[in-house]
Amino acid sequence: MIGVVDYRAGNAPSVMYALARLGIDARLVSDADAVREVDRIILPGVGAAGATVASLTESGLVDALTERVLNEAIPFLGICVGLQILFEHSEEGDTDCLGWLPGKVQSFPASVRVPQIGWNSVRFVRDHALTKGLPEDPYLYFVNSFHAVPADADDVLGVTDYAGEFCSVVAHKNIAATQFHAEKSGEVGLRILTNFATWSGF
Amino acid sequence: MLTKRLIACFDVINGRVTKAVRFQDNIDVAAAEDLAQSLYQDQIDEIVFYDITASSEKRKIDLETVRRVAEHIFVPFTVGGGIRNVEDMFEVLKAGAEKISIDSMAVRDPEIIRNGATEFGRQCIVLSTQVKHVGIRDGIPSGYEVFIDGARLATGLDALDWVRRAEDLGAGEIVVNSIDRDGTGEGYEIEITRAVADSVNVPVIASGGAGTAQHIADGLTAGAAQAAIISSMLYSPRVERNATVRELKDALGALGVQMRPWVD
Repeated sequence: MIGVVDYRAGNAPSVMYALARLGIDARLVSDADAVREVDRIILPGVGAAGATVASLTESGLVDALTERVLNEAIPFLGICVGLQILFEHSEEGDTDCLGWLPGKVQSFPASVRVPQIGWNSVRFVRDHALTKGLPEDPYLYFVNSFHAVPADADDVLGVTDYAGEFCSVVAHKNIAATQFHAEKSGEVGLRILTNFATWSGF
Repeated sequence: MLTKRLIACFDVINGRVTKAVRFQDNIDVAAAEDLAQSLYQDQIDEIVFYDITASSEKRKIDLETVRRVAEHIFVPFTVGGGIRNVEDMFEVLKAGAEKISIDSMAVRDPEIIRNGATEFGRQCIVLSTQVKHVGIRDGIPSGYEVFIDGARLATGLDALDWVRRAEDLGAGEIVVNSIDRDGTGEGYEIEITRAVADSVNVPVIASGGAGTAQHIADGLTAGAAQAAIISSMLYSPRVERNATVRELKDALGALGVQMRPWVD
C-alpha cells in the first residue's frame, strides 16, 4: 500500500486519481500514525517550499517520514516541491528543508521566463528501476521556479535544460524524486508511477 | 528543451462543453468528461475549464464536473469561473485541478491574486484577461482595454498596465484573450499578445481566434506566447471539419514550432 502524503498545500488528489487509474493500492496519509501503516510513500508537492515544510512539521509528519524513509528505508518518491525539500536549504523564502540529501535549491536565472511551465525533456544519466520502459529522453510536465543542486553528483538521476542543465530527477538508495509532475505527464508519467509501485527501493 | 503547449479550452455550462462566438450564442458540444478523455487520448498538452455561468449566477463552481474531468486526464488541468476567495481555490484544487484561473474577480479584488499565490504558490494562479482593441486614448496607452463579465463590462484599465500589476501581485501565467477574435477563426490578435509577452516575465498564453495551424504558429512565434489555447478547431460544430491534436502538432512541427512529440 502506497501512502500519498496529504497536506494543505499539496496536490494529493491528482496523484490519487493517477494511482486509481493504474489500479495501484493507495491511501492518503495526513498524520504520523498513517505514515506508519503504509509500505511506501509518495510526497506530492505544489507551491512553496516554506509552506510545505511548515505544513509537514505542524502535522507531525516530518519525524514519522524521517523514521520510515531514512531509518527503515521504505521506497519514497518525492514530486516537485517534494523533491526540493529533501535537500538542506532552499533559496525560496530562505527555508531550511529536511536535509535528507546534501545540497541546496536555487532559483532559475532572470534570463528565462519563471516559472518554467510546460513539457521539457529529461536525460537519464544511468539506469534505474523508475526509468524502465520509458521512451528515450522523454518529455514530462514541469512547473517550477526553483531547482535542486545536489552536493553529491551520484544523487543525480536525470537532467533537463532550462537556462542550462539542472537536476530534474534524484535517486539515492530508497529515495527517488522528480522535479516534473509524473501524475500530470501523460502515459509516460503514469509509467514512472507504475515503476515506483513495484520498486524494491534498492 | 521546453516545448510550446497546445491547450484545449472548455466553456462549461451544466457539465457540458459549449462553444461561443465573441462570448455569445453558446451551442452545445459534449459532456466535459467525455471530451476531456478523448483529447487526453489525442495527447493534448493541457486542459482549461471555465464554468462560464458560475459568476453571473452567483454560485460556486461546479466541483462535481471538475472532479469527473480530473479523474480521467493526466495532463495539467486549470479551472476557473466563480472563484471568489482562497477557500474557493482550495476546494477546486482538492477536486483535482492544478491551477486556478481568475479573471473578472481579479479586476474587482486584485488582492485575490496575492492571496492565492501566497497560499498555493505563484505557479497555481493563472490570470486570464479579456482584452479589446479600443484605440490609444487617455488611460489606455496600449490601445487595448480590459473587459470583464463575459466581455460585457469595460473597466477603463489598460491591458498592459493590468498584466504587469497582476504579475507583481503573484500571477504565474497570463492568458491574453482577444474579445474581437474569440470564436472567429481569424487568428490570434498578435499585437497585444506580443506586447504582453514583452511586458511580463511569466509565461503568456495566446487565446481567442485560432482557426488554422498557421494561426497557432503565429501566436507562438510572432506573438511570442509560450502556449496557445484552442477550442473551435478541435470541436466546434460550426467548423466544417475539426482537427485532431495530433495533426495540429504535426503541422506545427512542419512550421518549425517545437511541440511535445507524439508518444506511441
